[in-house]
Amino acid sequence: MTTTPNAPDLRMAPRYASTNPVVKLLKRVPSTITILVLVLLTAYPLFWMVINSLKGKSDFLDNPSYALPEVWVWENYTKAWEVGNLATTITNSVIVTIPSLILIVILGTAAGFALEVMVFKRRGGVLLYVLAGIMIPGQMIILPLFTTFYNIGLVGSLTPLIIIYTAGGLPLTIFMMATYFRAIPREVFEASTLDGANILRSFASVGFPMVRNAIFTVAIVQFFLIWNDLLIALIFAGQRKLNTIQVGLLNFSGEYGAIDYGPLFAAIVITVGGILVLYLFLNQRIMKGLSAGAVKG
Amino acid sequence: MKSVLGDKRAIAILLGPALLVYTLVTMLPVLWSFGLTFFKGNPLQGFEFNGIANYQKLLGDSYVHDAFWFTIKYAIFTSIGQVVLGYGLALLYMFVLKKSSTLVRTLVFFPVVLPTVAISLLYQKLFQSAPNDGLINELLVNVGLSNVDWLGAGNSAFIVIVIMDIWRSMGFYGVLLFSGLLDIPEDIIESARIDGARAWSLFRHIILPMSLPILFASIIFSVNGTVKVFDSVFALTAGGPGNQTTPLTLYMYRTAFQFSDYGYGSTIALLLTIICLLITLVLFRSSRRDNTL
Repeated sequence: MTTTPNAPDLRMAPRYASTNPVVKLLKRVPSTITILVLVLLTAYPLFWMVINSLKGKSDFLDNPSYALPEVWVWENYTKAWEVGNLATTITNSVIVTIPSLILIVILGTAAGFALEVMVFKRRGGVLLYVLAGIMIPGQMIILPLFTTFYNIGLVGSLTPLIIIYTAGGLPLTIFMMATYFRAIPREVFEASTLDGANILRSFASVGFPMVRNAIFTVAIVQFFLIWNDLLIALIFAGQRKLNTIQVGLLNFSGEYGAIDYGPLFAAIVITVGGILVLYLFLNQRIMKGLSAGAVKG
Repeated sequence: MKSVLGDKRAIAILLGPALLVYTLVTMLPVLWSFGLTFFKGNPLQGFEFNGIANYQKLLGDSYVHDAFWFTIKYAIFTSIGQVVLGYGLALLYMFVLKKSSTLVRTLVFFPVVLPTVAISLLYQKLFQSAPNDGLINELLVNVGLSNVDWLGAGNSAFIVIVIMDIWRSMGFYGVLLFSGLLDIPEDIIESARIDGARAWSLFRHIILPMSLPILFASIIFSVNGTVKVFDSVFALTAGGPGNQTTPLTLYMYRTAFQFSDYGYGSTIALLLTIICLLITLVLFRSSRRDNTL
């Protein structure tokens, strides 16, 4: 990935740019308006969501939705937390996401290393076989998986989710890791095996640390795919005690959303807020990682 | 030296577990699903061989036709919107905002990472019409238009889904295409400008041709995602009103998990898989040809 965060200054403005300050100012009007519209389009719905999460029942019926709350109903948040079962659903999502990420990273990095650094016949074939997985829709695999997990008695636990997310994340991860290993000269690994250490050791002690940044990127991509998944979670985490955050939010909206909007908005804000905190710290990494995943996928 | 990197045991240890998990949980189920298309039934009541009946049913099923056309229509509108607006954003970042684009880029990208369910519920409220108007209807009424029952009719619900999915992901395509624009060598643009190329012809003859590869990559990625749309439709309209916003993915889900027909569900899933495969192949080939121009 050759993305650099700062654009080269290309000075695309017409060369006959006027020195008259008024003309200069007028020229900036269209771009300023564009930026304002963009900011408004992105940020306003989120702001609207927050003010509505603090409104009481009558406020929704009596006043326009864009007005600030008459009375700030902070209890909406406690209601959302308790009735929306958020403590359970967030815990479930964490329980599912963390082991999946660890497995994806370990299995995917090892396989990426084998496919890119190691030398064997049919390497290209194996890579193609793995890549085919990126295209396959979830619908094509869930029925046999449900049947199998049902028969061996795993339906009713979160284990199926971890297994399916791990397998689902592998193709893209293997492919991305293989591309990252391509940037490291093979001699590095050959040299580290000269003193008798075998190649597995040099993978663990040299290869793995060298792609730490790439692993972080891959983990970010997979985190969002797993955390935001709905299809697999609907099927395997439909029971209330197994609900992941997405399924829980959807159920909360179905059962409760039509009666009292405030707590529903509050639940949405909590869900979005967690991601926002993550995004505030990691936005550049996230943007780079997700677009790298797309190009390589 | 080759022997160290060709160590068969090491290759098996490194590659084996990933391939095993992938084969057992992805590739084997694909074959199994294909097998299921010749059966009727579900794991609770057992299966019964019924030949190619599922395929015959598929061809004559008006719900499948509707779902198929909905999927195609949705994929075309949404993918065009995502890539065109994303390209517009990329050009804006690159040539108008230049170095100050980071903040706008970061902000417009934010919806990309938000959970689809949360965004869908937010859009339900934004486009609400009963019992009281949501923000969009309030705006319409305030400028003198009448309010619309957005999610109450198929066509307007379709518009809401497309708007939502474009809003959700244009920032992503903006960043993706922006990274492509950054790869265009600066001196090419510079020398064209010295030759007297104005903004439009510079775009038409230099920028656009040179960003074609990344545009094609974006289109492939976008179509591959929109053809599989599930989360946003499920959470926003649940396929309704009626089945008017039901894509193939959702119809398959219904068939398998509400009507408990695994065989027919697999047949619909197979149709979906073939569509994904064909689209990827077609787009990939056409992009190849264009790159060699």
